[in-house]
Amino acid sequence: MLTAAQLERIATNPYRGDFPLLAKNPGITFLDSAATSQRPEQVLAAERTFYETMNANPLRGLYRLSVEATASIEDARNHIASFIGAVDDAGRPQGSQIVFTRNTSESLNLVAHALPQAVGLGPGDDVVISIMEHHSNIIPWQQACAATGANLVYLYLDDDYTITPEEVEAKIGPAAKIVSVTQVSNVLGVVNDVAAIAERAHEMGATMVVDGAQSVPHLPVDVRALGCDLLAFSAHKMGGPMGVGVLWGTAELLDAMPPFLTGGEMIDSVSETSAVWAPVPQKFEAGTQDAAGSYAFDAALDYLEAHGMGALEERERLLATYLTDELSALGFVRIVGPTEGTRHVSAVSFVVDGIHPHDVASILDMSDVCIRAGHHCAQPLLAYLGESSTCRASVAFYNDKSDIDALVRGLTSVWQVFNGS
Amino acid sequence: MAANGLYNAQFMDHAQHPDYKYQMEDPTMSHEGVNPSCGDELTFSVRLTDDGVIEEAAFTGSGCAISQASADMMSDLMVDKTPEQAIELCGLFGRMIRGEETDEGMLGELDEAVMLRDIAHMPARVKCAELAWHTLEEMLRDNAGARDAHTAASAACERDHGSDGIGA
Repeated sequence: MLTAAQLERIATNPYRGDFPLLAKNPGITFLDSAATSQRPEQVLAAERTFYETMNANPLRGLYRLSVEATASIEDARNHIASFIGAVDDAGRPQGSQIVFTRNTSESLNLVAHALPQAVGLGPGDDVVISIMEHHSNIIPWQQACAATGANLVYLYLDDDYTITPEEVEAKIGPAAKIVSVTQVSNVLGVVNDVAAIAERAHEMGATMVVDGAQSVPHLPVDVRALGCDLLAFSAHKMGGPMGVGVLWGTAELLDAMPPFLTGGEMIDSVSETSAVWAPVPQKFEAGTQDAAGSYAFDAALDYLEAHGMGALEERERLLATYLTDELSALGFVRIVGPTEGTRHVSAVSFVVDGIHPHDVASILDMSDVCIRAGHHCAQPLLAYLGESSTCRASVAFYNDKSDIDALVRGLTSVWQVFNGS
Repeated sequence: MAANGLYNAQFMDHAQHPDYKYQMEDPTMSHEGVNPSCGDELTFSVRLTDDGVIEEAAFTGSGCAISQASADMMSDLMVDKTPEQAIELCGLFGRMIRGEETDEGMLGELDEAVMLRDIAHMPARVKCAELAWHTLEEMLRDNAGARDAHTAASAACERDHGSDGIGA
């Protein structure tokens, strides 16, 4: 339960006005930030600024505009690197370790394509993932295992939605070559101790991949503290534009991994029969990149840093706690996941007794309350939990108490439609 | 809160108290339809008269209110129709639900199922509304050949009528 002072803090909202879609639509209750966030004016302005002041194809151009466009991408790389703690011992950001992709899914596909070759994945080896992965961190590994003869091994949850140290020890053994786990579940909102999993993976000689799609937007993430080898996330879930994803990796691994997509911009030289790859990160960036998107993502990070990730995390924790508490108080709602609000990062899944989640979402939509319903691209998790689908509400710092109150009123209406008042 | 739109009393009555949701005793054919993305699943059964007219329609299964209400309204509509007429109506329903057919006169043939027309503005729910109709249409098309053969064959087959039907 929140204190009166905490309730007062989430009742005020100094952020909503920065987000044009929300500011212009006061009637909209947006509780689907785990799917994509809203974007602040600063990010929209940056996208426009790129095209108005520095638009040219980056990298190869020998004129001022192209040089500026190239510089904007490199600035963004360094900013992203510093945002996730990818710095050297002197604290200098390692922008060359930031590969731009389209989204987390593409980053993970890149890894699942290139990492097995770099580590020599083969028959008898294990790839270890968790049952709470998004399809983007399952299917690429199913494919990789099918291609190499490796085994796909799952870390399961206990009754408290936790991957226990015993489970980690049991499943990540000497046969493990790759471990790929999400830091935050997009369905349950729970945080996995990926630092401990990375430690075990490294003890067994495996490479540690982290899906940061749901964690980097909401928690201060430091790749050095996590001890992971590769981290994937998306700009669009953290105020940046759609179509810009990130893969961070250690310099050694990125050097060792072969390219994923090939073609323009990713080579040093090409002959009739072969090619020499460009250095990292260009080696992984075939074709024209979304330079304006990278520039706008840079602006999104400026926005988050100006307010402080720690402060935003704290506000989101209060919102998630209030959300969980209010849902728990509705007798006809069952939370799928921990009932302690403090264990939720942004997302809370739930079902309404006897009412299909799609009906819940459709009826909520009639009062402009936006939530998600379905399997959330995590069918193996839902099957494991014995649910066919759930509703999911997810908060971001630009939400406030009134959004959650509107959800609760909407759910009461849903219940009345099906059961009378 | 705004009006409940689609989820009005008439719709909810079909969803919560469907007249045609039961296990048919001796169907001529049955067919299962599934929406893997939402977990909706229903088995639709019909019994034809000797003249080949649908004399009884019924379904079992589970799913969202839209899939259930749609199946119930469709069942009501299909009684006394020939398979050819039923397939035609399934096509009309599909065009309505995708917003391709808006002519009131034409849509009148769908009787109560016209109330689902607003689903054209709810793209994520089109699959829910279409499940029953797709299932019926698929079953009737799949069985068109078999049915002719069945009519020609001896009545001995009739002993084997199970819930899976001849097309399963």
